[in-house]
Amino acid sequence: METLNYRFEQGTRSLTAQPQVVGVVGSGNLEVLIEATELAGACSIEIQTAAVGFGAIWQAVMQDFQQRWQLANARITINDMGATPAVVSLRLDQAVQTMLGDAA
Amino acid sequence: MDWQTIANKLFPQGHSITEQACFLSGHGQLDGQQIAVIGTTGHTPIGVEIALAQAQAILRTVREHPGMPILMLIDTQGQRLRHRDEMLGINSYMAHLGKCVDLARRQGHHIIGLVYDQALSGGFITSGLMADACYALPDATIRVMGLPAMARITKVPEERLLELAQSNPVFAPGPENYQRMGGVEALWQGDLAAQLRAALAQPLTGDTRSALGLERGGRRWAQAVINAVLHGGPVQAG
Amino acid sequence: MSRPVSYQEATARERLQQLFDAGSFEEFLPPAARVISPHLGQLNAPVAFDDGVAVGRARLNGLTVYTAAQEGGFMGGAVGEVHGAKLVGLLRRAVQDQAAALVLLVESGGVRLHEANAGLIAVSEVMRALLDARAAGVPVIVLVGGANGAFGGMGIVARCANVVIMSEEGRLAMSGPEVIETASGVEEYDARDRALVWRTSGGKHRYLMGDCQQIVADDIAAFRAAATQAIATMAGQSVELTLAALEAEQQMLSDRISRFGSLKDPVDIWSAMQIPDAANLPMLDVDSFIATASTRRLEA
Repeated sequence: METLNYRFEQGTRSLTAQPQVVGVVGSGNLEVLIEATELAGACSIEIQTAAVGFGAIWQAVMQDFQQRWQLANARITINDMGATPAVVSLRLDQAVQTMLGDAA
Repeated sequence: MDWQTIANKLFPQGHSITEQACFLSGHGQLDGQQIAVIGTTGHTPIGVEIALAQAQAILRTVREHPGMPILMLIDTQGQRLRHRDEMLGINSYMAHLGKCVDLARRQGHHIIGLVYDQALSGGFITSGLMADACYALPDATIRVMGLPAMARITKVPEERLLELAQSNPVFAPGPENYQRMGGVEALWQGDLAAQLRAALAQPLTGDTRSALGLERGGRRWAQAVINAVLHGGPVQAG
Repeated sequence: MSRPVSYQEATARERLQQLFDAGSFEEFLPPAARVISPHLGQLNAPVAFDDGVAVGRARLNGLTVYTAAQEGGFMGGAVGEVHGAKLVGLLRRAVQDQAAALVLLVESGGVRLHEANAGLIAVSEVMRALLDARAAGVPVIVLVGGANGAFGGMGIVARCANVVIMSEEGRLAMSGPEVIETASGVEEYDARDRALVWRTSGGKHRYLMGDCQQIVADDIAAFRAAATQAIATMAGQSVELTLAALEAEQQMLSDRISRFGSLKDPVDIWSAMQIPDAANLPMLDVDSFIATASTRRLEA
C-alpha cells in the first residue's frame, strides 16, 4: 500500500453539503469520501492505494481535477484498489457532483 | 482425547452416551441430575444428516425434559463439502440447529459447548458458538481454515501470517486465541466433572462475548463499535 | 410501471437509496466516521470507510425500519471484526428502539478470511443478536439478490430470519462451488457450470425447497414491494422462535432428505416434485415460475 497526499491552495468553490461517498473498494475501483472542512481555502486529497509507484500519474490526475473544480475547504480521502486514471477522475467528479446535487 | 475417555471424565457418576455414525447422544449423571449430551466425533464433517440429528436431539430434550441442561461435545472438520449437501440446503440445516439451540436456551435449558478435539469453521458456528458458553480442552484445534489455504486465498505469504499471528489473535488458530477473543469462555484442565459443574452454575447473561474480547484484549474494537451504534457516540476502541 | 433497476448490479448504497423512501436512509457510523478494519492494514489490503456494510434506519412506505446493506464489491461482502460489530450493534439497537422491522440486504461470502477468528465469532454474534431481535418481537426480513450471493456464515444467518426474499439471480448456500471443487473434485461439483450452480443454490431452487418465501424479479422496486408485503403480513403476529415451528421445520428438513437425498441433480428434485417440464424451469420468467411453483413448493 502507498499513501499519497496533495494540497491545493486558494480554491474558489466551497461545498456546503453533508459528507458524501462514491465508489467501492474493489479490484479496478476506488472509494472517494468528500467532506466540507475549514482549510483556509485549500483542498486536501489523501490517497491510500494498493497500486504502488504511480505517484506521477496521481499527481497529474489531481491537478486536472483541481483545474476542473477549484474546490475550497474540501477534504477528499480515497481508498484505491488499482483504478485507472479515467476511473479515478470519474469517481472524483461523481463525488463533487453528488455533493453539489445534495446541496441544491 | 477420544469421546469415551472424555465422557467418562465428565461423568464419573455414569452416562448413557452412545455413538452412531459419528453422532453422539445420550445422558450423563452429575450430582444426581441428568445432563443431555449431544455431539459429534471422529472429526466428522457436518452434513445435512448429522446437523439434523443434533437438532432433533435438542428438540426432543426441550419437549421431554423441560429445563434439563444440555452439553454439546464438538469434534468436527467443518461443513461437509459436497454438491448434495448444497443442493439440499445445508445452510438451512445448520441454521435450524442453531435455532434449536437458541430455542432451548429461551425455554430455560442451560447449554454448554465443549470442543474436545477439533472445531473448524462452519461446523462450530451453529453448535458451540451458539451455546450459552463454549469451553475447550487446551490441546483442542479451533480455527477457520488452515494457514496454507488462508495464505493462498488472501494472497498473503504464510510466513507473514505466522509472524502476525504472534501479536494478533485474529489470524492464529488455537483455543487460547479464541479465549482471548471472547469466543471461548475458558479452557478445561484437570477435573473435567468439576469444570462442568462450575460451568452449569454460571449465571446466564446473554451474549457478552464482545465485552469479554475487549476485557481480555483479543478483540479491541467489536464492543466499541457495538456501543457506538447503540448509543450514537464515537468508537472508543480498547 | 417504472423501468426495472437491477438490484444485482447496484451497489449497497444504491440499493438503500432506491429500496427505501427517497432520502430517508439515516446512517449509523457513516463513512465520514472512518470506522475501518483494524486488521487489513497489516495484511497490506485496502480498507473501506464503512468496512463494507452500511447500517442505519430508513422509511419503507412511511414505516421506519432498521436496515443493513452489505457491499459485495468490497472483500466479497465478507464479515470482519468491525463489519460484524456494526451488524450486531444494529440488531441490538433495533430491539432497544423497538423497531417495526429489520430489513437486511445480505450479500456476503461469509467469514472474512483476512480476519479469520474475529469474523467467525462475529457471525455467531450476529446470529444470536438476530434471534434476540425476533424474540423481542422485531420481524427480520433478509433480501438476497447480489452477485456474490449469501454464503458461509451469512447463508446460515439468512435462514435465521422470518422471511427470505430472493431474486432468481441471487444465491443462498453454505460453501462456494470453487471450494467444493477444490476439496472434492470437478466431478463432484463443476464450479464453472453456471447453470448447475444456479440450479443448486439460486433463487428458484431455494423457493421450491422452502428456503426462501418470496421470489422476485431482479428489480429494486420488486424487492421493495416484497419487503413491504412481508412486513405487513407479519404485523401483529408472533415472530419469535417456537417449538412448534422448529418441529415443523425439522419435519420439512427430514422429508427433504428422505424424498430427495438420493437424487443427483436439482432438476431431478423438481421432477420428483411433479413440476411439469422441469428442465425448462430456469427459462421461465419470474411470474410464470411462481405460477408453476407456488402450489408445489415445500413449506414448513
